[in-house]
Amino acid sequence: MNWGVLLFPGSNCAEDCFHAVDKILEKPVKYLWHKDTDLGDVDAIIIPGGFSYGDHLRPGAIAHLSPAMTAVKEFASRGGLVIGICNGFQILTEAKMLPGSLLQNCGLKFLCQDQTLVVDNADTPFTSEYTSGDVLVFPIAHNEGNYYAAPDTIAEMEANGQILFRYCSPEGEVSDETNPNGSINSIAGIINRTGNIVGMMPHPERSSDSVLGLSDGKGVFVSMLKHLEATQG
Amino acid sequence: MSEKKAGMEEKIWIKAGLTDSEYELLTKHMGREPNTVELALYAQMWSEHCGYTHTRPLFKHFLTTGPRIVQGPGENAGIVDIDDDEVITFKLESHNHPSAIAPFQGAATGVGGIIRDILAMGAYPIASLNSLHFGHPGEKGHTRWLISEVIHGIGEYGNCVGVPTVGGEVRFSNAYKGNPLVNAMCVGFMKKSEIKKAIATGVGNSLMIVGNLTGRDGMGGASFASKDLEEENDEDRGAIQVGDPFMEKLLIEACLEVFDQDYVVGVQDMGAAGILSSSVETASKAGNGVEIDVALVPKREEAMRPEEVMISESQERMLLIVKKGTEEKVNKIFHKWDLHAVVIGQVTDDGMYRVLEDGVTVGEVPVWSLMDAPTYILDAVEPPHLKDTRAFKNEQVAQPKDLNDVLVRLLGAPDICSKEWVYRQYDHRVQMNTVVKPGSDAAILRIKGRDKGIGLTMDSNGRYCYLNPRRGAQSIVAESARNQVVSGAEPIAITDGLNFGNPEKPEVYYQLEQSIIGISEACRALDTPVIGGNASLYNQTPEFGSIYPTPIIGMTGLVKSLDHVTTMEFKDDGDFVILIGETKEELGASEYLDVIHNLVTGDVPELDLELERKAQNYVLDIIRKGLVKSAHDLGDGGLAVALAESCIAGELGASVSLDLDMRADALLFGESQTRFMLSADGTSADKIVELAASQGLEAAVIGRVTIAKDIIINNMDEKLIHISVEECGTAFSTGFDKIMQTNS
Repeated sequence: MNWGVLLFPGSNCAEDCFHAVDKILEKPVKYLWHKDTDLGDVDAIIIPGGFSYGDHLRPGAIAHLSPAMTAVKEFASRGGLVIGICNGFQILTEAKMLPGSLLQNCGLKFLCQDQTLVVDNADTPFTSEYTSGDVLVFPIAHNEGNYYAAPDTIAEMEANGQILFRYCSPEGEVSDETNPNGSINSIAGIINRTGNIVGMMPHPERSSDSVLGLSDGKGVFVSMLKHLEATQG
Repeated sequence: MSEKKAGMEEKIWIKAGLTDSEYELLTKHMGREPNTVELALYAQMWSEHCGYTHTRPLFKHFLTTGPRIVQGPGENAGIVDIDDDEVITFKLESHNHPSAIAPFQGAATGVGGIIRDILAMGAYPIASLNSLHFGHPGEKGHTRWLISEVIHGIGEYGNCVGVPTVGGEVRFSNAYKGNPLVNAMCVGFMKKSEIKKAIATGVGNSLMIVGNLTGRDGMGGASFASKDLEEENDEDRGAIQVGDPFMEKLLIEACLEVFDQDYVVGVQDMGAAGILSSSVETASKAGNGVEIDVALVPKREEAMRPEEVMISESQERMLLIVKKGTEEKVNKIFHKWDLHAVVIGQVTDDGMYRVLEDGVTVGEVPVWSLMDAPTYILDAVEPPHLKDTRAFKNEQVAQPKDLNDVLVRLLGAPDICSKEWVYRQYDHRVQMNTVVKPGSDAAILRIKGRDKGIGLTMDSNGRYCYLNPRRGAQSIVAESARNQVVSGAEPIAITDGLNFGNPEKPEVYYQLEQSIIGISEACRALDTPVIGGNASLYNQTPEFGSIYPTPIIGMTGLVKSLDHVTTMEFKDDGDFVILIGETKEELGASEYLDVIHNLVTGDVPELDLELERKAQNYVLDIIRKGLVKSAHDLGDGGLAVALAESCIAGELGASVSLDLDMRADALLFGESQTRFMLSADGTSADKIVELAASQGLEAAVIGRVTIAKDIIINNMDEKLIHISVEECGTAFSTGFDKIMQTNS
């Protein structure tokens, strides 16, 4: 069960994702280099957060053109599990592997805080460890996390259960007051139609090591692991 | 402003920032008159910023060695041992003048510069902190703009480069109205075997420049930092550098990859005075000479003069001294990260600093002479205001009737209120080491793979040092150490940022000298040596005068087990609240006098350093024994504010009773030193009080933590404070928003 963490110039959460798989999940993991066209033997790919290419032009706008992304698309088209976190989510929308885009936070400022999320769809390879309605705490840290997609796209995604997480109050209430960045329908994380590509702004890896006081995010990686074990025997 | 007298032609060395006697000295060193290139070399290297001309003679006071000190002052940063053959390296640096003019870039490049100092030690940068001082925003928008831009600049750089900003402070006084202070600290981690030095050994080895291209940005930044900020300083705009955190991130990755190989003999960050100072320092340390050909330096601008190339402060550049024959291998690693590493010169055996342009010598001076900046011991005169402020008596102020209102106002005051508005703009969790995040007494980071951590703090109190530079400086070191101890960390060492006005004024030199003596005394008493630091003088403007004397203390501590990590918030209903230390009737220099009575006066509270050490050892001991549930230092705003902060953070109430025969305001808000507020369960509370008594320390159970969310403080059966935690919490959490609200 090999995991790969894709490394771009400017990725700065790659080591954190590596740590989550290596030390928390205790599974084999390696870095994938953005210039590689062959990703080798991997079963799941994490596109980590950070500032790939310094966010020049637009977050994710340059990274999605790198050679490795062609290979990632190929991997995903064969049903491989791909999760993009924070800047990784932005790269996946730029690559059109996920719908919509991420605009600047409505507060016009970078925002780093421990954020409560509610699980909207627990029936995916990324969320099976949770139950719909679970309230979790994941850190967020972004300047462009304000998710937007056209109204008909949103309607379709809502109807298909493609919303995985929404920002909420500690009690699980979803409202404008508990929406930290202005995301439409308080969307914090989504999945593609076929159910193997996820993008989310909150950081599950930062919420995976209980020494740091947060461990809700471990469930994302455990869900993925269980799915891989079940499907690959 | 007007040393240029009509009819008198300005001397070229005066324009370059050198005095007549300095010019005379350098011509003696050289045995001839310098050309323009050589003059520029001396002007930069002999500035206060590079040469520490005014502060160096005072550094002799500092304790710089100790059992945990691996590297004291003299390298890019100091190093301390944290056991298991692991070390941390840390330093702070000021970027005051650039931030006054271009706050976003000034603050951003301050963060970038100090990160490179840490990188140059061979370490991975794991945390940033910063200490910021501004004027009160008041009616005008300018200060608010400065605050907003400085914070934005720090966030933008730190977030992008992937180094968490985990702590620090933001303080306000109109003493900083014209001249804000921006001091950034960085901390790095490495194994002992990975330490690098800034040394140019091995004749024939190559000097390689890595990272950014060289341009005209930051010309003369070192000498710019070494003079007063004036109103008409548009021409100094060229002295502001522009930061590129993405480049810095690549530089970190590439450098650390190169350091893993056996190619590099020396590393130096290019900070103030760029290529010049970095190469001079490495050559001087090795007793060698160097020669550099400016034509080989990759540039982003045309037609740069040799001296411009030498002193440019373009950001994100490092100097590597690499073994001859490994240049291509080094370049290959940089190339992987889309960077270049270019040979610009070599180490020579003649002890000369030689600048070439296309192979032709354009400047040549002895290396030692550039490092031999003259030092000045100036006249020190006690500032006249101290006579009046020391004479202050508590009776001069009337005690307000409504003490609840005083507490609320203090909790919302700029220096005390929550700084969440600030630190939520900083990524404080990246790298996954942050155990205790900003907003506590100290930030705590874990060391991966170990059950240990480090405590990080940055503290200052300009008002204290204005009212008593020596004891004020002692108090800051003591407070820093208290912040470490209450968090479960054993204080190890400090880095100091000496922010002062123009030292050529005897009153300012007095403040500088006394503050340094105060720091030294406290560091000796608390066994926290000084392992490096930074001096920023000439912080004054014609309109607002000199800043408060503001030494800033960056401290690191060792948390021996993560089980010891302790935070300020009350934990459980019914726990006992314990006050350690003696409360005296002291109002002088307090936040209370400043905020409530608009008075900056009185003497700084008494401080017994021996008692301080004893009390700190005791508190750390009971924390390590597992007796303590919460611990908080009593600082700004005194006992009432500390109690309220523990209640607000824990979302619990507290009811306490004291029996002290003194003014209620002094009891509640006075800032008597060497005090701690703890909470513990009943059994532990008894032991805590017993242990204190056995060591001759004052400790008393003063009340209980309550589920009822009220803060109640009684004294001698009189109710002084009764207020809801919610009201206190609102004042505390909205204080900063109020500062930043625009009036227009």
